Amino acid sequence: MRILWLLGGWALTSLRGGGRMIIFLGTALFWIFLPPLKWRRMIARIHFIGAKSLVVILLTGAFTGMVLGLQVFYTLTKFGSEAFLGPAVALTLIRELGPVLCALMVTGRAGSALTAEIGIMRITEQIDALTAMALNPMRYLIVPTILAGLIAFPLLTAIFDLVGIYGGYLVGVKLLGIGEGTYFGEMETYVDLWDITQGILKSLSFGLLVTWVCCYKGFYAGYGAEGVSRATTEAVVLSSVLILVWDYFVGSVLL
Amino acid sequence: MSGPMVEMRNVHKSFGGQQVLRGVDLQVTQGEILVIIGRSGGGKSVLLRHLMGLLKPDQGQIVINGQEISRLRGRELDQLRERFGVVFQGGALFDSLTVFENVAFPLREKTRLPEEAIREKALTLLKQVGLADMGHKYPAEVSGGMRKRVALARALTMEPEIVLFDEPTTGLDPIMVNAIHRLILDLHRRVGFTAILVSHEIPEIFGIADRVAMLHRGAVVEAGTPEAIQASANPVVRQFITGDPEGPIQPD
Repeated sequence: MRILWLLGGWALTSLRGGGRMIIFLGTALFWIFLPPLKWRRMIARIHFIGAKSLVVILLTGAFTGMVLGLQVFYTLTKFGSEAFLGPAVALTLIRELGPVLCALMVTGRAGSALTAEIGIMRITEQIDALTAMALNPMRYLIVPTILAGLIAFPLLTAIFDLVGIYGGYLVGVKLLGIGEGTYFGEMETYVDLWDITQGILKSLSFGLLVTWVCCYKGFYAGYGAEGVSRATTEAVVLSSVLILVWDYFVGSVLL
Repeated sequence: MSGPMVEMRNVHKSFGGQQVLRGVDLQVTQGEILVIIGRSGGGKSVLLRHLMGLLKPDQGQIVINGQEISRLRGRELDQLRERFGVVFQGGALFDSLTVFENVAFPLREKTRLPEEAIREKALTLLKQVGLADMGHKYPAEVSGGMRKRVALARALTMEPEIVLFDEPTTGLDPIMVNAIHRLILDLHRRVGFTAILVSHEIPEIFGIADRVAMLHRGAVVEAGTPEAIQASANPVVRQFITGDPEGPIQPD
């Protein structure tokens, strides 16, 4: 009986939380289409989410590509088909690892900071101050951030993919001795435009997902330093889990 | 104008089963400085939030200039908010903007004034609060007293009719407390807004208030001139203004 009680309570709380999150997203999307757009804030956000994540993306992209080059080569030699290293690395990156790893890295670097920033604005009454001035916090804080995510994520993913492919090239061609022409030639044959489109669609959806979750968690942060730290942790965990879950479903639908 | 400018009638509010306001009745006349005193956590900030339209009462009415505000939404609510200036407890300055940009912010966002006029107006306001040379600093780089003064300047930029102060002097040294009070009085005389102040500063607030209202357990137990409050026979009011730990109010 007690277990049922607890289970019911848990279900209700999560349902209420989920509903609030969806309403939050709905309101934000509504304000996106209502001009004027706060350009400067959006550009500042793109700089924060995008430009400042470059180093992390370059490093992780390069090493992911190199690891792929190594491991896929090892696997392919078992079937004697090392020639397909190029397309294997490229397809893995473009369709799957690029968007996903990029989103996970940006969540860790920028998403957590976004939640903390918005959370601190909440607890120091800066969000209330906006409302009290009859300025809509959605328009000033949330809309620019979500749009920045939609712009920055695909760009970062493209950079991740590119660097990763060159990482694979470095290992596969320079280290393990596959022909340069084979690496890129086979890639050209086997990677379709649809693969690239799919990767970009994924990264767009991740951009929305991450900024949505991180903004929401900050916007409804609890009181004090503890509230903000909890919001930040929850934002990173929830974003990361949702990225992987969503990735599976989008992948199975788009395939 | 006849009748009170702001009137709260039997306002109730509770959060998750905890009753914070239990039937607040309060009237504010145009042009006066009303100070609300009461214990921490006694619902004073919650009361102010109702006036800004940040919270809606569970029961009761809030009437401002004859307009019932708890039913307002969207555009109408914004129009109401534009008549208020708010000085938040911690200042609530935007920490990504400098002191000057904070004061200029409402002008930049809400008016189409040319940059020149905005500069001039913001500088005048900063001068009035004695911070003309602090404009380039960020809120984190100035002292607590300065932050409160910046918040005051920002609250006045749009020339509000009513200014709400949420503990404008809490955490400041006695000299700064009096300096801020004098500043409020001075600006009040010059600009002529109606002020509603929430404060713990006893006895200092008796020097600036036109009227004082004591909020206790979610209701106004007594309201009157500073003299009347100081001479009150109500044991709750007496205990609060003398700060006696023994009496009807039990420290938790």
